[in-house]
Amino acid sequence: MKDINILGIESSCDETAAAVVRNGREVLSNVINSQIETHTIYGGVVPEIASRKHIEVIVQVVREALKKASMTISDIDAVAVTYGPGLVGPLLVGVSYAKAYAYGCGKPLVGVHHIEGHIAANYIDNKELEPPFMCLIVSGGHTHLVNVRAYGEYEILGRTMDDAAGEAYDKVARAIGLGYPGGPKIDRAAKEGDPEAIPFPRAHIEGDEYDFSFSGLKSAVLNYLNSCEMKGIQVNTADVAASFQAAVVDVLVGNSMKALEAHNADKFAIAGGVASNSALREAMEGACRERNVRFYRPSPILCTDNGAMIAAAAYHEYIKGNFSGLSLNAVPNLRLGQKQNKP
Amino acid sequence: MNILAVDSSGLVASAAILSDDVIRSEYIVCNKLTHSETLMPMIDEVIRSSGLKAGDMDAVAVAMGPGSFTGLRIGSATVKGLAEAIGKPVIEVPTVNALAQNMAGYDGNIVPLMDARRNETYTGIFTFSGDKLTVLREQCAVPLGDILEDVNERGKKTVFLGDGVRVFADRISSGCTVPFVFAPPGLRLQRASSVAVLAERYYEEGFFSDAAGHKPVYLRVSQAEREMMKERLRESKAAEGDRITGDNL
Repeated sequence: MKDINILGIESSCDETAAAVVRNGREVLSNVINSQIETHTIYGGVVPEIASRKHIEVIVQVVREALKKASMTISDIDAVAVTYGPGLVGPLLVGVSYAKAYAYGCGKPLVGVHHIEGHIAANYIDNKELEPPFMCLIVSGGHTHLVNVRAYGEYEILGRTMDDAAGEAYDKVARAIGLGYPGGPKIDRAAKEGDPEAIPFPRAHIEGDEYDFSFSGLKSAVLNYLNSCEMKGIQVNTADVAASFQAAVVDVLVGNSMKALEAHNADKFAIAGGVASNSALREAMEGACRERNVRFYRPSPILCTDNGAMIAAAAYHEYIKGNFSGLSLNAVPNLRLGQKQNKP
Repeated sequence: MNILAVDSSGLVASAAILSDDVIRSEYIVCNKLTHSETLMPMIDEVIRSSGLKAGDMDAVAVAMGPGSFTGLRIGSATVKGLAEAIGKPVIEVPTVNALAQNMAGYDGNIVPLMDARRNETYTGIFTFSGDKLTVLREQCAVPLGDILEDVNERGKKTVFLGDGVRVFADRISSGCTVPFVFAPPGLRLQRASSVAVLAERYYEEGFFSDAAGHKPVYLRVSQAEREMMKERLRESKAAEGDRITGDNL
């Protein structure tokens, strides 16, 4: 069969990214332009600033992706782009660019769900991985526990009822003075702390055993910090970080394992920015090993937002002939498995 | 020479093709802000109904701003994508200048008014010397009173246009001391054909850029930056206050 080369474009948050992926598995290039330093002084991503940055660099990022793949646009079989979920301003830059670019080149366009992209990152680093498997996607904006039945077929088992796990990391990191982005900073600080020092709550949602909630945990941390301040007790930042992280990891691993057992799944994957968190990775890997379940995860570079995962996810849509039309829009609250805009 | 021009800076989404002094096609839609869904199909339509293909374009022009931040970026990203795909340059046309171009042939001053919210308007002052648009005051974001004062001082009859006409009509009627009219509906809002006409001139004068180099002109920083600057100003003033107090002691 002829090789299929797909150009993937991603701009749903604060990374402008483009990549070329062959047959959904082989990364020929993966260019990521992160704006993280720009947003750090604001303590989080500012959508308007992110949108402005995306438009300034998108051409250069796509050019670089083609150049690193030693290709020109004529070697590309389709243009893929994230159209949701995410921040609407940033999404619109990628979607508008990709539509016009695909149109100008006469190539098919494939709109990709951001979470499908994160799941598909696992296909790149784990060549033997094929559905069905179970996948936990954790990032700054998302916490989803998904049963991947087949390529492009998803059953959402659990999701967060309030804050995403990564969002809770950012908020807690800000409260204990570690700054933005919270995930890697808390992960690092936690290594020096005692995860059992402070008994933060593990939330379980009544009736929805696989759903998550992190806002109660976040409030518990803030309350703890307040009460220490009032009592004049010096806060041990490392202990707070470690205890908070332990609570997050416990819930993520607990719900995942419950779902694994209930569905008799024998393969489990994690994805998303928080998937590169060392505590989560180790705990998940250990829990899977105990149950004789194969554990998969993408390399850290494919855990962050990137174009390769978008191209990898688009491959399976390309094979099925699922293309998007010129009226494809950005959908900030796009649900997993929901398809918009057939041509 | 074929120029595809796009304007999605305001309520209107518009696309047009200019081929050697002839507008081959133009599409104007003013139906809420659905530019992201409508602009690309409109572009496809003007290209096809002109009997052309995307690759036949020699340049792609865009109303570069000011305007709705999101609208500008939809236009800019679209134009960059198209220009990059066909390997042709982008021609940037200031939105307010393109609006003024709607009034080609008018023998007084031309003042576009775009509703910029926050009690301001994106505006400028223009006139025609023969068939050439001349800029008397560059596009800017100012309070209406500021531009009205300027218009009155110039003492020439004036036409106002743009979506700001509806917003500011009463204040113009009570504050404008020179004879004035409002542009008729067909000429009042953004038209890609006007972007195209100016673009052709800019192109001939050598003003165009590579797809990578183009970015919109907002005339405003983001709200987060504005607040950050205010905060810093407060802090530096407070620090200055401390120092003065310190010196006094």
